[in-house]
This record gives sequence, structure tokens and C-alpha cells, in this order.
Amino acid sequence: MASPVPVAPAPVTSADARLALAEQLLACDTARACAEAVVAWLPRHAQAVASACLAREEPGGRMGCLAAKGLSDAQHAALKAWSDDDLSHPLADVLAQAAPRFFPSARAPLPSPGPGGLLAVPLGRPGSPPVGLLLVWASGPTPPPEVAWVAGSVGPFLARQATSGPLGASGSALFRRIIDAVTDPVLLTDLEGRPRLANARAEALLVAHPDASHGRRRAVHLNQRVFSAAVASTASGGVPGLSWREIPLVDPVEGLDLLFELVSTRVYEPDGREAMVSVLRNVTDLGRATQALGESYRRLRATEREARSERHRLDRVLDSVADPIILSDPSGGTVMLNEPAEKLFTLPVDGGRAAQRRVRTNHATFASFLANLLDGGSNLRWRGQLSLMDPASGDTLPVEAVASKVLGDSGELTGIVTLFRDRGEALAKARLLERLKEVSTLLEARVQVATAELAEQNEKLRRQAIQLEQASAAKSQFLANMSHEFRTPLNAILGYTNMLLQGVSGELTPPQKRNLARIDSNGRHLLEVINEILDITRIEAGRMPLHLSDFGIPELLHEVMAEMDPIIARSKLTVSAQLGAKLPPVHSDRQKVKQIVLNLLSNALKFTHEGGVKVLAEYAPSTSMLTISVEDSGIGIDPAYQQKIFEDFQQVDSSPTRAYGGTGLGLSICRRLADMLGGRVSLQSTPGQGSTFTLHFPRRPRRT
Amino acid sequence: MTNPSPNLKPLVLVVDDYDDAREMYAEYLEFSGFRVAQARNGQEALDQAFALTPDIILMDLSLPIIDGWEATRRLKNDDRTRAIPVVALTGHAMTGQSDEAKGAGCDSFVTKPCLPDELVAEVRHILAQRGVAVSH
Repeated sequence: MASPVPVAPAPVTSADARLALAEQLLACDTARACAEAVVAWLPRHAQAVASACLAREEPGGRMGCLAAKGLSDAQHAALKAWSDDDLSHPLADVLAQAAPRFFPSARAPLPSPGPGGLLAVPLGRPGSPPVGLLLVWASGPTPPPEVAWVAGSVGPFLARQATSGPLGASGSALFRRIIDAVTDPVLLTDLEGRPRLANARAEALLVAHPDASHGRRRAVHLNQRVFSAAVASTASGGVPGLSWREIPLVDPVEGLDLLFELVSTRVYEPDGREAMVSVLRNVTDLGRATQALGESYRRLRATEREARSERHRLDRVLDSVADPIILSDPSGGTVMLNEPAEKLFTLPVDGGRAAQRRVRTNHATFASFLANLLDGGSNLRWRGQLSLMDPASGDTLPVEAVASKVLGDSGELTGIVTLFRDRGEALAKARLLERLKEVSTLLEARVQVATAELAEQNEKLRRQAIQLEQASAAKSQFLANMSHEFRTPLNAILGYTNMLLQGVSGELTPPQKRNLARIDSNGRHLLEVINEILDITRIEAGRMPLHLSDFGIPELLHEVMAEMDPIIARSKLTVSAQLGAKLPPVHSDRQKVKQIVLNLLSNALKFTHEGGVKVLAEYAPSTSMLTISVEDSGIGIDPAYQQKIFEDFQQVDSSPTRAYGGTGLGLSICRRLADMLGGRVSLQSTPGQGSTFTLHFPRRPRRT
Repeated sequence: MTNPSPNLKPLVLVVDDYDDAREMYAEYLEFSGFRVAQARNGQEALDQAFALTPDIILMDLSLPIIDGWEATRRLKNDDRTRAIPVVALTGHAMTGQSDEAKGAGCDSFVTKPCLPDELVAEVRHILAQRGVAVSH
């Protein structure tokens, strides 16, 4: 930037004249006043034909002619018409050069009041851009003296006025424009914070117009209180210099919360009063940004913590996996190993040279395996069977390895995870399975054999059952036939004996009769045996069905006694029959009941030598059971034999030379018959005192 | 009723293939005052019955050629012999045989062994029922 260059020293004028101008200039408080004083002084003391002073009347204004002397009205107006933004004008050139210039002859459009030349001198502080121009028209072709001194005196003065502008309580438009142009609120207040001067931005926050809305006035009132309190506290704090603090204010228009940084400083007004100058800087966004930053940082920390714990957890999870896992970077370098993998791929603490070699071998094996995925192919996965070595023991570990590419969001390779599975166990399992299968097959075969055997056995049993059935039927048939075959000759034996005894063939001698009687008695015994065997056979073959009918016990007993009468008569025993009270009619198999009673009675007679036999019939309504007991005073039965005598062919004395006749089948048949009736035969006996056989049977069969 | 002469002793036809039994009963019946005719099988029994019209027939059931049941059935289906009482004799003591015998038309049923005097008692009993005079 060019700056005014001092003109050549002027001839010395009277010192008084210079002093007078200096005093005059000091008294001037505006640019125009300075200009007028200079323009008036120059023609009198510097032989100038005319003079003019151009400057800005107020800061930021346009440069124009503030005063002129010796010019015609037309010349004055022409000069006034010039503006410093007309760059083609010769004066603009002077300002741009920032150096005095002498125009020796008239030069349009510059006014030319006389024949002499024109000296144009830029005004201002040395080293600063010019703030004005002093025009002096000389009477001759040389510049008039004293102009340099005047320019040097008035320049700084004008310059001061141009930069600082007019100060004071009244304020000027320029000053207002300057502070209004400041985007931050600026205020001058008393020590209590009451505003004396505020720029537009400060007014918007702290001054309410009378016609403003209620909400806006409230907001402003609130802001005023906060601001006043802050300023007053700063003022009373007595801290010298600047003080910072933050105050929250409200935007009266938008209603938003704002945060301001308040910078206050104590100043003295021209009248000596203390005041406070405050500048507010809107740091709302900054505060928000800080807050957001803090939040982001906090989140970042949290995320980092999470990531760390996640990583920690992942480590633990990976370590807990029994199978070795290796994470490799895209170039094949190992990033991470889980614990089982460490055992294979890192040197054990007390590992010797051999262990070192095995770990190296494992690494080499793994690297060549991994190369399958790293060769840039499109495979995402590679499976292989490797043979690793246990670094500690040197045992061969057959493993199956599966390497999988880990891809990033955009599909780029970020790593490779390799999992090793111990095939040793799998192989052992496979062997075990094979063995199991073998055993299973063997077992199956055995089961099949056993099943076949069982089936065969079943078939045999079935055949045997059929054979048995056939045999049983054959037996029954055989016995039936046999009984017929026995009876036929027996019929003749008994018949002829009977005839002989009757004397059909003539009178017999007593010995003949006695012998024939023996034949007769043995024949009858044989017949009895055959009949009883036949009965048992019929019962067992199911060929003795029940023939149920209604009958009375008294009649039945009467019949039995009648049939036994010949034997009773021979026995010389007292035989009595006794009937209980209220014997009801019975629905049962009469023939079988009779057969049982006959049998029991004939037994009693057979085994009793003295005393008597008592037959007693009774009825128990509570159980609907009938009892027919035969009580004798005979030899009795030893307890040891009391069960046995109900079995087939059993007598107490089973010897061939036994004292008592009978087949030993009688009680067995009684038991079977009682069974068929739904009853039973019981025995009470004391050896030597007698026995009581009792038939128990229901009044009506329970199952019909 | 074919009873040619009230003075004649009642005629009993004894049918049995077992000679000892047949002759034993015959002997005892004669001993007891009856006239006796004999047959060894069903066919002979029918021939004799038609020829002699006996007062009573003792019929063993197990017979060759024609069995006792069948012979009885034929006798009972013939007007000439229908009225003659038939006493069935059997060594088969199995239940059901008496029913079967009665179904065939037998008037009585006697199980062997049967003593001669018991059989004669039965014969007398039946003839008495029919009003045939029997000497004692």
C-alpha cells in the first residue's frame, strides 16, 4: 500500500501563523471543521490562488470536498461531483499513488481558477493509506510553500478522525453502524449491568420494543436479569482486566436456549464514571458440539469397553472349545489361537529341542494347508486331513481341519478361521462302531438261531400238545374199551358164581360154597375197582357233565340209608341220620351228591369196628352252603395222612397186605365230584377216636 | 300182543355175541322157568324175533352184522314186533348210552355186569307190567 511521501520543505513562514493553525486544528472535532480551517489558512499564508480539502466526513462515508476557497461556484460544484470511486479521475490516481503530484497547467476535469499549476497532496498518517486530499492552486508554475507543513499537520488529524470517528454520549451514525455490524452482542453498562449502549444484536436479546409480544418481553426480561446479575457479580468481584463466564440466555424470537460466553471489562467514561463493556459470544453451538463430543467420547469408551469384554468373552468361548481354533490374517499370519491350539502351535514352557521341532513341523503343515485358501481362489472353505504332532509327547495326531474365509462387509478377505477336529477319537469311534456292528451282527445271528430254535420248540410243543390230546383221548377210549372188556368176562364170572351159589347146578358142600363166596367177593372188588377207574377217567375226560335238578336232602339221605342197609345190617353198628332245621330244597347234581355220601358212609362203615356212625345234614343260610357230615367212632387218621388220603390210590396203609379193602380211589373221586359241585370235602380226625368227613356244597351252583 | 297160549311159559329171546354170557343168562332163565331162544347177532335177532315173536327180548348192544341199536330200531318199526319189550344190555357204562338205547326204542336198560338173578328180576318186572303171566 502506498503512503503519503513528504513534499519538499516549504519556505519558512511566520511561526505565529503556523501556531494559530495548529491551535485551530486542535479545537476542531470534525473533519469538515479541520478542512475549513486549512482551506482558509492557505491562501493567506502560502500565496495560494485557491485551495480545497477532500476527505470523508464520517468513517465509511464517501470522500468528497469538505471545504474550498478561491473557487467559483461552478468549479466548487464540479469538484463536489467527483467521487473517489471514479478511478479514471486524475485525483484517484494521486490517491492510488499516495504521493504529491503537481499539475503545472490546467488539466480537465480539474478546476482551474488561475493560470498557475495545481498541487495535489494525499493526506494521512505516514505509512498508512491516505484519508484525504489537499488541493492547492499556485499563482505560478511552482508549488506554493507551506503546503507540505500544512499537509503534514492536518494529515494525522484527519486520519485519526477517519479511523476512530466522533466519540461521545451522543454517538454517531458511523459508530452505530460499526457496532451494529458486529455479530456478537456488545454492550456498555453501568456497574449494575443496566445497559447504556447496546448494538443491534444485544438489543435483540436484552431490549424489548413496546409493541413486542408478551412472550418476547418475558424472554427479554429474563435475559436482562441473568445478564445484569452476571455483570454485577463481575463488577463487584473486583477482578482487574477481562473476565470470562458463561450465561444461559433465551432467544426471544425462536424461544431456543442459547449459551453465551460473557467477556466483561471495566472502563472509565470521559466523565470519569466507571462502566462495564461486555461482549457476548454465542457458544450455544459450541456447547452443543462439546456435549455431542463428550457423548461421542463416552460412547466410544463404552463401545471400546464392550468390544474389550466381547473380545474377552470370545477368547473364553474359544478357549472353552475343546477343538483347536486358529484365526489367521489374510496373509496367513497367525492372529489368535485358542488354548487347545496353543498346545499344538506354541512351544511348551519346558519344551526342549524336540518339542521345538514338532511345533515348527506343525506350523509348516498348517501353512501348506492354509495355502489352499490363500492362493486367491474363489473357495470360501477348505477341508483337509492333516497329521500334526503333539509337541509334548511327539504322538501323531490325525486331525481334520476346516478353514473358512472371514469376509468383510464389502466381501474382502479379513481373515481365516481354521478349526481342527481330532480324528483320533473319530477313528477310535469308527473302530468301536465297526466292532459294535460286528457284535450286533453276531448277536442278531444268535438271536435268529435262538428264535428259530424257539419256533422249533414251539412247534414241537404244539405237536406234543396235539399228541398229548390225542393220547389223552386215546387213553379215555382205551379205558372205556378196557372197562367193557373187563366187564364182559367179569359178568360171566360173577354170573356163574351167583348161579352156582344159588344151586342152579345142584347142591354144594359147605367148603364149595365158602370158596365160591370168595370168588364172588373178589370179583365184586374187581368190579368196584373198574367202576371207580372208569369214574375218574370220565371226570378227567370231561365226560361226566353236571345234571342239575331240584331235590330234597331228606329224601336223598333216606335213599342212601336204604341202599346201605344190607351192609349196615352186617356191621352191627349204630347208624343214625340227623337232619338240621330248615333244610331247604337244593338245586344241584343229585346223582353226584348221592355218590359222595354213599362213598363217605361206606368208608365210615368199613373203618369202624364198634360204636356208631352219624350222618348229619345242615344248612348255613349266611353262606348258602349245605353240609353233610359222616362222623364215625373208627380208627381215625393220623394228621400226616389227612391230606394224602384224598389223592388217587391212597390209603393210610398202602401195602399189598393191608387190612382194609377198597381201591383207594373213593375219596379221590369224592374230592373231584365235590369240586364239580362247587364244593369240597373236609376231614377232622383224631387217631383212635374217629373221623368226620364233611361234604360242603352250595345250595345252587355259583356258575351254571 | 302175541301170546299164543297162556299156559306156555313166556319166551325170552337172548341176543349176545359173547357165548358165555348168552348161555349163562339162557340157562338161568330156563332154570327160573322161562322158555329161551338165542341169537348171536343183530340179523339173527331180527330173524328169530320175526319167526318166534318172543314175549321179551334181551338185547346186547354191541353186536356184529347189525348192532343192537339198529336191530331194536327195526323191531320197533315193524308192526309184528313193535309191542315186544326190549331190554338193552351193555358193558359200556359211559353216560349217554342209555339215552341212545332208549332213543332206539329200548324199553329198559341194564348195565353189565348184571347178575343172572338181577336180570331175571328185571324181566319179571317188565313182563308183569305188560300183564304176561310169569311163573315163580
